[in-house]
Amino acid sequence: MPSDPLVAQHVLEFPGGYTRSTGPVVGRFLTELRERRIVGVRTGEGRVLVPPLEYDPATGDPVTDEYVEVGPAGTVTTWTWVGEPLGAHPVDVPFAWALIALDGADTALVHAVVPEHPKAMRTGMRVRPVWRERPTGHITDIRHFAPEVTRIVSPVRAEYRLRAGGSLGVFLAGVERGVLLGGRCERCAKVYVPYRTFCPECGGPIPDTLELPDTGTITTFAINNLPDPRAPEVPFVSAYILLDGADLPMIALVAGVPAHEVRQGMRVRAVWVPESERTASMANIRWFAPTGEPDVELS
Amino acid sequence: MRDVAIVAFAQTRHTGHDTGLSEPELILPVINEVKERTGLTRFGFTCSGSCDYLAGAPFSFVSALDALAAWPPISESHVEMDAAWALYEAWVRLQHGDIDSALVYGFGKTSLGDLRTIMTLQLDPYYLAPLGLDQLSYAGLQAAALGAEREELDEIVRRSRADGRANPYALDLPDPEGDGLVAPPVTDGAAAVVLAAGDLAGRLTSSPAYIRGLAHRIEPHYLGMRDLARSVSAADAARAAGVGKGPVEVAELHAQFAHEEIILREALELTGDTVVNPSGGPLAANPVMATGLIRIGEAAARILDGRNHRTVAHAAGGPCLQHNLVTVLEG
Repeated sequence: MPSDPLVAQHVLEFPGGYTRSTGPVVGRFLTELRERRIVGVRTGEGRVLVPPLEYDPATGDPVTDEYVEVGPAGTVTTWTWVGEPLGAHPVDVPFAWALIALDGADTALVHAVVPEHPKAMRTGMRVRPVWRERPTGHITDIRHFAPEVTRIVSPVRAEYRLRAGGSLGVFLAGVERGVLLGGRCERCAKVYVPYRTFCPECGGPIPDTLELPDTGTITTFAINNLPDPRAPEVPFVSAYILLDGADLPMIALVAGVPAHEVRQGMRVRAVWVPESERTASMANIRWFAPTGEPDVELS
Repeated sequence: MRDVAIVAFAQTRHTGHDTGLSEPELILPVINEVKERTGLTRFGFTCSGSCDYLAGAPFSFVSALDALAAWPPISESHVEMDAAWALYEAWVRLQHGDIDSALVYGFGKTSLGDLRTIMTLQLDPYYLAPLGLDQLSYAGLQAAALGAEREELDEIVRRSRADGRANPYALDLPDPEGDGLVAPPVTDGAAAVVLAAGDLAGRLTSSPAYIRGLAHRIEPHYLGMRDLARSVSAADAARAAGVGKGPVEVAELHAQFAHEEIILREALELTGDTVVNPSGGPLAANPVMATGLIRIGEAAARILDGRNHRTVAHAAGGPCLQHNLVTVLEG
């Protein structure tokens, strides 16, 4: 686009910046800042002004030459959020301007606060300065203030190697073939699935496997609102399913029906992955889906 | 004290963009208008208010003198402030007693730069300006300190914008959308006022707007040394000017942000009977450095044309209503 000859860009700038004398009071504050200390000055009436002024704003009298180290922590008294920082702002991430009453000061310092999250910003919050790597004696030696540490996140992680042997290996070998294996207790005649070699109730032996159908009844269920990679969608349903012929339910996902339509007594059948994709894993059963049969009365 | 009155007021039809007029071209029509209205072509004193940072050039007010017909040499002064303070200087000059008339004018083109960051340059160079604290930022801090309800703030903006649409000199602005801080509009404009003392006032107009009180007070510059939710200096200035000595029919307040109007109403102890900013106020037109003078002019115009008997005008300077000037006008 051709430029308009009657429009001109005009910049007002003092090349290299404007050199200013600080005087003893502001200079003391900035010198201490270079040492990562924040000082205020005491007025004749005993108040501590931070940042220091040459005069008491309440009376106009000169301040004393007593300097007091304050902070570095302080309390936010007022703040306003800046969602889109400007180039001249001290940080380039969203932040809050705040008035900060540093511990030991009677006035508030204006500076930027960078919380972990906008919602963490609040009046009364405790903050501490985050210093520039090489302070030079400038108000921006404090890069910004950050919330005091009130909690940490502790990583917890340990690795294990599991081996499906014994009765679980037998059960999973059945799942690989597309069959659910259980077993009947010789003493109390209860049928358990997955297959196990002894009865958890009476301790009696279960010498043989028993093939169970992949149909059953929902005895109870839960609607889950947190995503799970195995589930088809959110919310999803996990349910206790009593396989036909078994005496104890097993836990599985339920799909193929809106979560709010799942109910106790609903008849379901396992949805298997195609034969070519099967392994010795419960992932062979995607989930259970309603069969459409009438509900079962649960005792 | 001599009786000093406002006998004429004129303002430009303000624009929200740069029309290309130079500052003298912007000023000339309003100077001519008040000259015609009063019949005066020479004044005992002339004083203007403007800000070099708006134009980005030093001594920019000097070139504006071209609009005055300043030869043979006139007695002239300038304040690097809103022209409301130029009016104060002219009022003090008239109290000396040796002259009877004064011309006061102010102008500003905020369309030339980014006012939001230009206003950072008024902050102290040690503690605040280096942080890049911009105009919206410190206004946001004050709004938070006050903690007014969103609905009340929105209603002030809606009312101001609606009044501004009815004011031929203000901008035609839509109702604001969104729930953030509403900034005053970018505005180019100028205004002029003629003051007359003693018998001259009554000879120039049938209903002079007499200045019955005029005072200004200032607070510490640094934001953290003040209670931002209140304006102690506006309250002090209002008391000194005698705002409370009679009913206030209309108050023109230099409130650039809605929360400032709430703070000022309280400081000036205005009751619900007072109509605030019927011109639309700075939320409808904000030619910086003329805005405060326009408040005085709008308040005076209602007495000059007989609509009101007692009005109050307020002008502000500095960050977060640091410096406040209050004028009481009576017919």
